[in-house]
Amino acid sequence: MTGAGRDAARGEGENVNKEIIDIIERSRPRGWVLEPDAKRILAAAGVDVPRFAWAKTRGEAAELARGIGYPVVAKVVSPKALHKTDLGGVISGVRNADELEEAFARLSRIDGFEGVLIDETLSGVELIVGAKNDEQFGPVILLGIGGVGVELYKDTSIRMAPLEGRDVASMARSLKAHALLEGYRGAEPVNMELLTALLMKFSALVMDMAEAVESIDLNPVICSAKRCAAADARIVLSPRPRPRP
Amino acid sequence: MNFKALFEPRTMAVVGISLTNDSHPANVIYYKNYLRYPVKTYGVNPRGGVHKEERIFARIGDIPEKIDLAVIAVRAEHVTGVIEECIAAGVGGAVVVSGGFAETGRRDLQDGLVARAREAHFPFIGPNCLGIFSQHVDTFFLPSERIVRPDPGKVAIVSQSGGILVDQMVKFTGQGVGLSCAVSIGNKALIREIDLLDYLVRDEKTGVIVFYIEGFGMGEGREFVLAASRCPKPIIVMKSGKTPGGSRAAVSHTAAIAGDYSVMSSILSQFGIVEAKDEFEMLAFSESLSCYPRATVNNIGIVTGSGGHGVVAVDSCLEAGFGVPKISAGAQEAMRRKLSPSIRPIAALGNPIDLTGSSTDDDFVLAATELSEMAEIDCLIVLLLPYLPEVTSDVGARLSQVYRKKGKPLVAYVPHVEKYRMLIEGFQLNNVPVSHSIEGAVLMAEAMRRRRPS
Repeated sequence: MTGAGRDAARGEGENVNKEIIDIIERSRPRGWVLEPDAKRILAAAGVDVPRFAWAKTRGEAAELARGIGYPVVAKVVSPKALHKTDLGGVISGVRNADELEEAFARLSRIDGFEGVLIDETLSGVELIVGAKNDEQFGPVILLGIGGVGVELYKDTSIRMAPLEGRDVASMARSLKAHALLEGYRGAEPVNMELLTALLMKFSALVMDMAEAVESIDLNPVICSAKRCAAADARIVLSPRPRPRP
Repeated sequence: MNFKALFEPRTMAVVGISLTNDSHPANVIYYKNYLRYPVKTYGVNPRGGVHKEERIFARIGDIPEKIDLAVIAVRAEHVTGVIEECIAAGVGGAVVVSGGFAETGRRDLQDGLVARAREAHFPFIGPNCLGIFSQHVDTFFLPSERIVRPDPGKVAIVSQSGGILVDQMVKFTGQGVGLSCAVSIGNKALIREIDLLDYLVRDEKTGVIVFYIEGFGMGEGREFVLAASRCPKPIIVMKSGKTPGGSRAAVSHTAAIAGDYSVMSSILSQFGIVEAKDEFEMLAFSESLSCYPRATVNNIGIVTGSGGHGVVAVDSCLEAGFGVPKISAGAQEAMRRKLSPSIRPIAALGNPIDLTGSSTDDDFVLAATELSEMAEIDCLIVLLLPYLPEVTSDVGARLSQVYRKKGKPLVAYVPHVEKYRMLIEGFQLNNVPVSHSIEGAVLMAEAMRRRRPS
């Protein structure tokens, strides 16, 4: 099974909603959506994701990685690994078939192992884009400096969804580290049009899924001058579907 | 539902008055209105009788004229019965002072009350509240000799906490900020913040609406900010309970970061609702926005009679994120030629404009006028030291005229002691805000900026 990244939303039309609903229904007993499924939801909503594939065996992994192109990121797929990084379940910079084999072996020892997700490697500024269905205000969207230190830096900006175009610029501007987006120390600036498009599509998706979802982390969303894509996605479902605000 | 009967009642009945105990809340409410407010006030007690030469009615329906407002201070289990009587007698609305509802676990009692009132389109505030203070009526069960009565003004305060509300009324009065009304909504069973917002937007006496909020019900926050964002009047919100509550470990980074308070704070700013972080901000913002409801402020010009004050003000402005642009050499030279000869060689005119301890009223007026004419300055902060030998108590009123002519918001700092009252009044009579600290003056400018959606 292969996801086609930013082209995935094209041509799916009226099936988009049905695909999303099916995935959510299937994930409900677990309470959250496995990463490959979460990426399919994002792609269906028009949010750019890296090329990715879910390999169940070593052989499959080698073949799929060749298709995606090295270096790749290898991540564990396990219904018991909501926080993969904490379990050593994310191995980036995998350069060739030998390294992939080694990564596969390590990941397969993680509890609940159901395969390896192989991601295209992206580079750029790491952001977090999140959503939460707030009890008082309904769906809210978060943009911040991403990565594993998100909760340490807490450099984030929150808005009530649905976002308007001008909200994205104001969210970015209000980050303490906004200079990172504007091309810090010779780096190319982040493409704000792509970041805005990603947030607007995400906002629309969040409004559509408000009843089913408790919170979402897209962390990191990797942004550069050419691309802005969700490299990881965690969708936590609400225990009970909540009425739309 | 029409709230006019609640805020501007012509007639009022206080239900639950005691024939033997004059410190009963109902008696306190009855006597303060009977003696000191324009509203015509009747007492109700099931036993009827005469108390202090006035007839006490057994039932609200026995009162020989139509009642606009009923204040209900009977035990919780009797409230529904009294509400039924009010509905039957065509009363306009009620304040339910009584406690003993949802706050003590009797949600059933409260829900029953709401269902009946809604069915009959009968508005009531509370239960478990102090109710309404306006220039027409005061349902707070606080003895009139110990509560300060706020001056009439443009600020309306709506509070979930009665205690905080009364405290703020005392402090607003101390600062000379008048109120159009104050409402303690208690359990807000029927009438919530958003309902009062809807009323106060249309209330001509109200120019600024202040809310003290502990929390919203499910989805109620969204409804509130959307309504508030359509309101042409400035809205100030102070939220209590800012520390992240809840012991449930968050399963996502977003849920961990986007706690109740950070969500609310961000959304208020998104919609241009002015958040006050504490009571000092609440008071400064109320005073400032009741004078300047529509100003846009980015850059500040500072006029002072003391170099030290100027530096402190610049620090506060920069820390708050304002610009303090330097005045061009040409403009400085033009200004210098018009100053009193004695300060010409010593005044510093770069911004802050330090007129020195030898400055006169005329120098302050001149500097304020020149700054007001500069396109790069949005707002003036004038730091006035009333003890400077050549500064008179007229300077407040004179500087206010600069605002009236030029239309650029002006905020003053004057130390607030009785001796300087006349100077301070010179500003306040002209609707120019005066702070008793430099930081407070900067907060007043901050209010105007927070009024813009982020």
